[in-house]
Amino acid sequence: MNHDAPHSVGQVEPQTLHVEQAMPLDCGKTLDRFDIVYETYGTLNADASNAVLICHALSGNHHAAGYHSEDDTKPGWWDKCIGPGKMIDTDRFFVVSPANLGGYNGSTGPGSTHPDTGRHYGPDFPVVTAGDWVRSQDILREALGIEQWSAVIGGSLGGMQVMQWSIDFPDRLRHAVVIAAAPKLSAQNIAFNEIARQAIVTDPEFHGGRYYEHDVVPRRGLMLARMLGHITYLSDEAMRAKFGRDLRDGRISYGFDVEFQVESYLRYQGASFVDRFDANTYLLMTKALDYFDPAHAHGGDLAKAFAPATARFLVISFTSDWRFAPARSREIVDSLVDAGKQVSYAEVTSDLGHDDFLLTLPHYVKTMRAYLDRVAREIGA
Amino acid sequence: MNTHLTETHDGLRDDLALISNWITPGARVLDLGCGDGALLAHLQQTKQVSGYGLEIDPDNLIDCVAAGVNVLQLDLDAGLEEFEDNSFDFVVMSSALQEVRRPDELIDEMLRIGRDSIVTFPNFGHWKPRLSLGLRGLMPVSGSLPNRWYDTPNIHLCTVRDFETLCRHKSVEIVRRHVVNHAHRSNIGMRTFPNLLGEIALYQLRRGTSD
Repeated sequence: MNHDAPHSVGQVEPQTLHVEQAMPLDCGKTLDRFDIVYETYGTLNADASNAVLICHALSGNHHAAGYHSEDDTKPGWWDKCIGPGKMIDTDRFFVVSPANLGGYNGSTGPGSTHPDTGRHYGPDFPVVTAGDWVRSQDILREALGIEQWSAVIGGSLGGMQVMQWSIDFPDRLRHAVVIAAAPKLSAQNIAFNEIARQAIVTDPEFHGGRYYEHDVVPRRGLMLARMLGHITYLSDEAMRAKFGRDLRDGRISYGFDVEFQVESYLRYQGASFVDRFDANTYLLMTKALDYFDPAHAHGGDLAKAFAPATARFLVISFTSDWRFAPARSREIVDSLVDAGKQVSYAEVTSDLGHDDFLLTLPHYVKTMRAYLDRVAREIGA
Repeated sequence: MNTHLTETHDGLRDDLALISNWITPGARVLDLGCGDGALLAHLQQTKQVSGYGLEIDPDNLIDCVAAGVNVLQLDLDAGLEEFEDNSFDFVVMSSALQEVRRPDELIDEMLRIGRDSIVTFPNFGHWKPRLSLGLRGLMPVSGSLPNRWYDTPNIHLCTVRDFETLCRHKSVEIVRRHVVNHAHRSNIGMRTFPNLLGEIALYQLRRGTSD
């Protein structure tokens, strides 16, 4: 693999911040100590003003860009958009990408060892929220010697953390970039999450979340959850274009094995997900999504929730996204306008669906570039 | 008053400079169909206004973002119901009235959202369009109406008289009117016979008292 390509951040090494201070969580429990695993790309400038925080979505982690080894074939989850000369330009910005608490193979989560018991946390890992994540990310900010993020950027569940940042730590960010997000989940969104969770917890190999101790994983449940999720990440149009009703073997076999290409695709996506993700993490992430609702504490008034925010906002949606449709982004924008905040809103014409935020549609990239170019000039980067 | 530019507006399009003269410093402005954001960028720099532009075209939107103007990608024809009553000092619509599906409804919305509204449009009552249509039997093409009938975005052209009739029906108060030629200059003739001699009309409007 040529990892020295001009627009790649190249080979990267995850780093770990050991946090020894106890962190109270929204659920009432406390994490006595925890690790935050993160990656950085680019160089922090002398006055530490060019730092950008990336908040990841449901299945993301700290590995947003570059490669982990010489023969690594798969780059980080947002590699198309982060790198030298890319949309989030590491020649100008110092990009920080942490893994969220409760995640897998990164920051402390259900698969980590509980310091008191010496066993996996498993189902004992507390339910975490976007608010908890943002507080832990602020601990990382402090540890890195960054006074203020020049921008906090995130898509989907990541976009929700961006909003949370703007509300909870208004002085700690100059710009908030909220992509393909929603101010809270709809009943339909929660319903999808609940089916995913039920698929996992009813898998006989789930063992109440203690499957690590039985040396098994709830494969079928996690696979089903991912297959279901994938349907919501793609538009009807995109699925039609990609698979249509194409048959794998060219003919109907009147059975229940894989026949249509779309079935084959979903099974592949589900199966490969099991190898790189944790079922308890999936449960936690979907709960964090379900609970996110900054307006709740303000009688449902999102404009009031945004009152403390001082950041400038860029909100972006995609026309073919039905998971978090443009109308959901409009709710965010309307509330920001009502609250008198600085906001721009782009509705990018797209075909693929929710996943478009990971890719590089020209109007999306140009809008982001134009915006981040101003951010960079503001801070002299 | 032989008004043209009463303030300096370096490099700003003439019609936008005229609008800019009417906007008070520090105002909250909503600019409908803001194009590349030139008016708002200018007003931010010279009059410390705050506000947003609405624009449907993605390339224009990118120009606005690059200019540091708050811009929202919204379709004027889809309505402005999300904007609260009286939430802006000025709602501006420059040369877009004739392009929207229901100009009358949009004017209602502007008056609802803004304390003052500023509207500009090409005057179809000018002698040149009249001559073109009346004598030559051709749809007019001119400096203020540059498109041909088949490729024009203008679907609701009107005259100064038409517009003022609509305002009267709606009990809209016309705070001031200014008509200019396509070079955005005015003279006594245009002020005396605005519907015949004015090529572009600018209006500042308010909700009438009977509302």
